[in-house]
Amino acid sequence: MGRSLLILSTLCFFAAVVRTVLSLRRGQFQPGLFNFTAIAAGFVLQTAFLSVRGHALGRCPLTNLFEVFIFLAWSVALIYLLVGPVYRLSLMGAFTSPLVFLIQFLALLTPIDQPHTSHRAVNSWLELHASVSLIAYGAFALACVAGLMYLVQERQLKTHQIHSVFYHLPPLTHLFEAMTRLLWVGFLLYSIGIVTGFFTGEPLPLVKMAIALSVWVLYATILAARHLRRLAPKSVAALCVFAFSAALTLLWGITFVSQTRPL
Amino acid sequence: MNLYCIGLSHHTASVETRERYARLEGWRNLREASGCEEALLLSTCNRVELYAAAAHALSPESIGCCLSSEARERVDLEAAAIYQHAGDDCVQHLFRVVSGLDSMVVGETEILGQTKRAYEEGRSTGGAGPYLHRLFQRAFRVAKQVRTHTQITRGAVSVGSVAVDLAQKIFGELNGRRVLLLGAGETGERTARALVSRGVRDLRISNRSEERAAQLAAIVGGRAVDFSRWQEECREVDILIASTSATAPLLDPARLAPLLRDRVDQPLFIIDMAVPRNVTPEVNEMSGVYLYDMDSLQVIAAQSLALRRQQIAAAEEIIAEHVSDFREWLRQGMKRGARASAPDLSRETLPAPEL
Repeated sequence: MGRSLLILSTLCFFAAVVRTVLSLRRGQFQPGLFNFTAIAAGFVLQTAFLSVRGHALGRCPLTNLFEVFIFLAWSVALIYLLVGPVYRLSLMGAFTSPLVFLIQFLALLTPIDQPHTSHRAVNSWLELHASVSLIAYGAFALACVAGLMYLVQERQLKTHQIHSVFYHLPPLTHLFEAMTRLLWVGFLLYSIGIVTGFFTGEPLPLVKMAIALSVWVLYATILAARHLRRLAPKSVAALCVFAFSAALTLLWGITFVSQTRPL
Repeated sequence: MNLYCIGLSHHTASVETRERYARLEGWRNLREASGCEEALLLSTCNRVELYAAAAHALSPESIGCCLSSEARERVDLEAAAIYQHAGDDCVQHLFRVVSGLDSMVVGETEILGQTKRAYEEGRSTGGAGPYLHRLFQRAFRVAKQVRTHTQITRGAVSVGSVAVDLAQKIFGELNGRRVLLLGAGETGERTARALVSRGVRDLRISNRSEERAAQLAAIVGGRAVDFSRWQEECREVDILIASTSATAPLLDPARLAPLLRDRVDQPLFIIDMAVPRNVTPEVNEMSGVYLYDMDSLQVIAAQSLALRRQQIAAAEEIIAEHVSDFREWLRQGMKRGARASAPDLSRETLPAPEL
């Protein structure tokens, strides 16, 4: 039942991806209700899956790498649904759906859904730490998406090669503003996640701490450079993409380290 | 009911001919003059067309008399300029016109507003009855559908509007943006005016002739800036329009770099309207600077026009569906008319126009 919900959710995101690709091939890129509805439906099914899994486990479904990735995909969709309409970034859906689809598709395909064998008592602080940190990753993912959109738009403006997608992308200044806000949202949530990690009452693994702090320092540096006007918007956009790629790799590392000590 | 369209447009008549017909008076009695139950006139700078509905078949020539009565002596000479459409052709023609397919600039949307005004005038003067009402309301729906489902209106097709579109793609809203017009060339002035019409409030004009700068500033609502200070102004402005007659470039990376040092997160859009160019192409390589010259603007305008033309087939499909649908409605209307001694057209109510 739970896995079927996830497969249906992945199909919803896949539908949005197909729609985007077909529109681009026709040269008539039109974001809109379809993408938003597909992502919203995918999100509802993700939520249902996580809820079913959580009830079955009796705890927050973050017990293995598979659940971590599904939770991350859910966070990305959540932040998109909150941020997209507010900043009129409907096109963000066209960039978000492939990311979410890829995360879920790979999670479903690879044998990482190993059953949780630990019978330790539920630690609320640990669950709060993990879930807030992953929602922060969702915001970083959307900042990365906004960064990609910025780079696409900027390239078209620089090279004078105007394609159909140009007319649907938001103005550069709007994308830069959205990027900055998403970075702040992600950074604040991530900071809360790190702080709550100290309240878990469990011994702090050195490698995990080092990885988590390096991600924090990376985003802190980007934000500081942006506000001190040391970085051009294009560099901020490129760094958003780089930082999320690095953070995602490090998340994999954190979760790998945690395999012996489930969250 | 028989539908007719008689008229002339930029496709068939010179601007002088169109002007003469557009100035004709006596349109108030269109119904009587044309001998039709319903008649209304669509008169724009590019076309003068009479749309009419008659219960009995009439020769288009007899309807056309009202169009030509005021200029009878010229009609023979201009007979070739006047076209006639009847039945489905008339319906299709109107749908094409309102959708912008028959316009000089394919996909322009001004014609929709002009047609709505013409319809409203016909309605208020009693010229438009139930058939023309239905025809025009359907035409407005068709235009909306064509705009929504095709890219016929996509992109700007003139150099000035391309520049304004690009500015909006960089900055979004333009109302808080600062613009410097360097030189008082005609194209530059037109672009500056277009930017002002899109919300720019801070327009600075710098020209070698201070008098000309002040004169232009007074006309377009900007302020004149001393020509010796224009480089300093570049530190503040978001958009620079260069249109001087200088024979050597006024701006290159070496001169621009120090001016941009304190505005790393503030893009600068440079529109070089001058020939020869006022800004060296290398400036476009600078971070945060977007340089467009006449050639690049014209290429984008041509791309947009080509894209619009590609959409014509898709638009024609939509129109064909609506023509067929309207034909069916008209046939049903005639059946109803045949059953009754006289067509009960009064049952067709005229709702407020969709203006």
